[in-house]
Amino acid sequence: MSYRKPRGRVQDSSLGTFEIDNVIIRFAGDSGDGIQTTGALFSHDSAIVGHDISTLPDFPAEIRAPAGTLAGVSNFQLNFSSYEIHTPGDKPDVLVALNPAALKTNLKEVRHGGVLILNHDAFDEQGLKKAGYTSDPRKDESLSGYQVYDLPITSLTVAAVESSWLSRKQATLSKNMFTLGIIAWMYDRSIEDIIERVDLLFAKKKPELAEANKLALQAGYNYADTVEVFTARFRVSKAVLPPGNYRRISGNEATALGFLAASEMSGRSLFYASYPITPASDILHELSKLRHFGVKTFQAEDEIAAIGMAIGAAYGGALGLTGTSGPGVALKSEAIGLAVMTELPVVIANIQRAGPSTGMPTKTEQADLLQALHGRNGECPVPVIAPTTPSECFNLAIEAFRIAVKYMTPVFFLSDGYLANGSEPWRIPEPEELPEFEENYCTVPETFAPYARDEQTLARAWVVPGTPGLEHRIGGLEKEDITGHVSYDSENHERMVQLRAAKIQAIADDIPDLVVHGPQKGDLLVLGWGSTRGACRHAVEYAQANGLSVAGAHVRYLNPFPKNMGKVLNNFKYVLVPELNLGQLRMILRAEFLVDVIGLNKVQGQPLSTMEIEEKIYEILGATLPSAAHG
Amino acid sequence: MARVIDIQADPEFNTAPAYERKDFTSDQTIRWCPGCGDYSILAQMQRTMPEICRELNLPRENIVFISGIGCSSRFPYYMNNYGFHTIHGRAPTIASGLRITRPDLQVWVITGDGDGLSIGGNHLMHCLRRNIDVKIVLFNNRIYGLTKGQYSPTSEMGKKTKSSPFGTVEKPINPLSIAIASKAGFVARAIDTDSSHLRKMLLRMARHRGSAFMEVLQNCNVFNDGAFSDFTHKSVKSDRTVYLQHGEPIIFGKNNDKAISLRGGASGSLEPEVINVDESDRSEILIHDEAASGTAGSALAFLLAQLETPDFPVPLGVFRSIDKPLYGELLDDQIVQAKNQLGRGDFFKHLHSGDTWKVN
Repeated sequence: MSYRKPRGRVQDSSLGTFEIDNVIIRFAGDSGDGIQTTGALFSHDSAIVGHDISTLPDFPAEIRAPAGTLAGVSNFQLNFSSYEIHTPGDKPDVLVALNPAALKTNLKEVRHGGVLILNHDAFDEQGLKKAGYTSDPRKDESLSGYQVYDLPITSLTVAAVESSWLSRKQATLSKNMFTLGIIAWMYDRSIEDIIERVDLLFAKKKPELAEANKLALQAGYNYADTVEVFTARFRVSKAVLPPGNYRRISGNEATALGFLAASEMSGRSLFYASYPITPASDILHELSKLRHFGVKTFQAEDEIAAIGMAIGAAYGGALGLTGTSGPGVALKSEAIGLAVMTELPVVIANIQRAGPSTGMPTKTEQADLLQALHGRNGECPVPVIAPTTPSECFNLAIEAFRIAVKYMTPVFFLSDGYLANGSEPWRIPEPEELPEFEENYCTVPETFAPYARDEQTLARAWVVPGTPGLEHRIGGLEKEDITGHVSYDSENHERMVQLRAAKIQAIADDIPDLVVHGPQKGDLLVLGWGSTRGACRHAVEYAQANGLSVAGAHVRYLNPFPKNMGKVLNNFKYVLVPELNLGQLRMILRAEFLVDVIGLNKVQGQPLSTMEIEEKIYEILGATLPSAAHG
Repeated sequence: MARVIDIQADPEFNTAPAYERKDFTSDQTIRWCPGCGDYSILAQMQRTMPEICRELNLPRENIVFISGIGCSSRFPYYMNNYGFHTIHGRAPTIASGLRITRPDLQVWVITGDGDGLSIGGNHLMHCLRRNIDVKIVLFNNRIYGLTKGQYSPTSEMGKKTKSSPFGTVEKPINPLSIAIASKAGFVARAIDTDSSHLRKMLLRMARHRGSAFMEVLQNCNVFNDGAFSDFTHKSVKSDRTVYLQHGEPIIFGKNNDKAISLRGGASGSLEPEVINVDESDRSEILIHDEAASGTAGSALAFLLAQLETPDFPVPLGVFRSIDKPLYGELLDDQIVQAKNQLGRGDFFKHLHSGDTWKVN
């Protein structure tokens, strides 16, 4: 028997409003077409009207690649639904393509039978040529399996905004809004709400543009309502979400708010030093706005300076924080070693992107795990934690500082581009729901020694400059146990290496066990980490519903692992680790637990789809994937 | 059991006791080579500290020494203050992060020609241009001592070292030029062997509000002995060095008979020349103005920094000392203003700001 959540399908029918469960829309166009704005506006409206949403912005690294080319295509995918969802969806039901290049790059992923809304005006000879089409796809068989709406969007937009003072060229910039008007009509939304939001976003900064955008929005909506091109409109019911106050949140926003929370809860000022880098810069932008919380942000001259400043701030008793992506971590490695040696609490947020080297800055990947675990000279252990959803970035940012401060150690917070830019509804926590933040200042005994340790946590005391009578010196040279004096003693070195390792390992006693969803013993465990959680979870749920003995678990603590990790792994005949790298977590699990873990690895700069994981599950178990599941 | 240390809130700690030199001597054995110029710099710092603390009403624990890597960077271990021996070239970054978050501290950076100008050149420049209140003392011995004798970015061209057996083929960098070009508010030079002048300079640095930079010409008697003796040796010093004094004509020589002049400036050139005091008009002697503002001020300091033997005496003293807004104060002002405008941030209110909706 096949089980699937009902899919929203746009299909031929006589004009009327149909109830459906979810829709996946992908907006696509040139980088200059305002695709990200369009997507964000519709996502926001979807969340406000009560759907669960998940988004995937996907854009080129170049600010403006040549117009109309494949390299310049910018996408925004939105999944909105009447039930709980965890991914932006595998295959779009609707593709809005504002030019031929947008159609060409995205068509293969659109659900068979799906809707294509094309901008007729862009499909001229030049446009087709730039996209590399040798013949017009609208006139050959390429689009035969889809419902095609080929509308003169540019010219309709220009006509609509004629009354504004904008030039024709400027007026065409509002075509994304015209399209959004059409989509708003199709999905039975109130155009007034969206217009209000456009006003909020643009009216102050660019009143003329706001006016044009509003005219275009209304025109698009009216067009869809009156011309009877569209044969049906659809209504998606509200999702049943736990009661509370909600807002839409992206991973980077949640990360910034989590670090602010850590500062508020600990009563220590937050100091964030960073060098701009995709996709981490938004954390700098967010925190820079928070001067009224006393947050100090610092745009450093380079990546090394950024972590140096964070270490300096931590040395002085603040919450020292730096954020970057993989190439930046490479530069910070030596300084992270210094923080390990001097046992100072700093947090390094790595918003991973596709590597190596500059790689693909705007594309997601999980290939910095081994870098976080081992990318330093010497035996240099650092705790590593990884959020699994955009909103979970909030709690794990707090957790990163809790561990750093309690154990006097640098901590890696390992997010990625998919989490950073993706967004979802977030139930705003009540004060009593915030995770606990235990400040452990350690005991400062009568006879103070800089490297004397707390018995339980093995942390040294955080004695900051300005403390009278406890003047001492620290540094990157090996320390003598307890006194902290420079020491080249061979046995002392070994003892200190062991102590630093034991301190990090002891954190395992202070973190939650790995939770297994589904049977606690069985044929297959799908074990994921980081941003693959939504796809893993859907795939496991579908397989379970089809009667397979499959369980799912998602690990947030990558160093040290939860204490029950080994036991969990041994309760299953097979263990599958899907990850966006060539098998980094798999390698660690094999090495540490001697379990023959199977990998599902993808390095295309794109997240794993539910379908890819489902296929692997069925392949491992030798079962046949129900045909209905292929959609 | 847990002891929370909040020193900033406790006024009791804000009065500095009367210190002596020994209060600044740590229990660590000094590991520099016998005869190293670093000993003198350390001694002058330890001797100046009581005066700095008295004058600025600073307790010892509020003074921090931060260093990078190299012989000079062992310095913090020997001072009985708070100290942080960091990594190669990065001391200005750690000092900046500390000073910005802890305005109550006086932060010194101890660095060398390799640490500060080679691997850490970028940080030095940015720390100075931002005017972060950090005092940077750069020990220039024109050699890599800790790694046992390779050339440094201040080594003279053609110098034969372990890594340049045929002589270097690169031009040296002038530390003061970098500091002046980076718009440091305070720029000075001293030599390790003139202890009383060095103490004066250290005190001037401590007094200066904002980033302060001093080059100390320091002899490495093992790998580069006599690097500066062509102008520091007793027999030639008064003819080959000049002590800059604010508002005074720049006069030097055993008999105070020589002076620096820019009289060629009238014909459109800015060529300095050495003139004979007795044979010249007083008005032709350059008057030192460390506080000259604007372009002329930094141009003059830059020009003085270029003077070298054998054509000119090497200037020592304060090249430039001007007041500029502090980075930390500007940042703190923003915080005060933001709080005035928006009120002290309320975390939960902030979470609920913007577009939210309620689910029942």
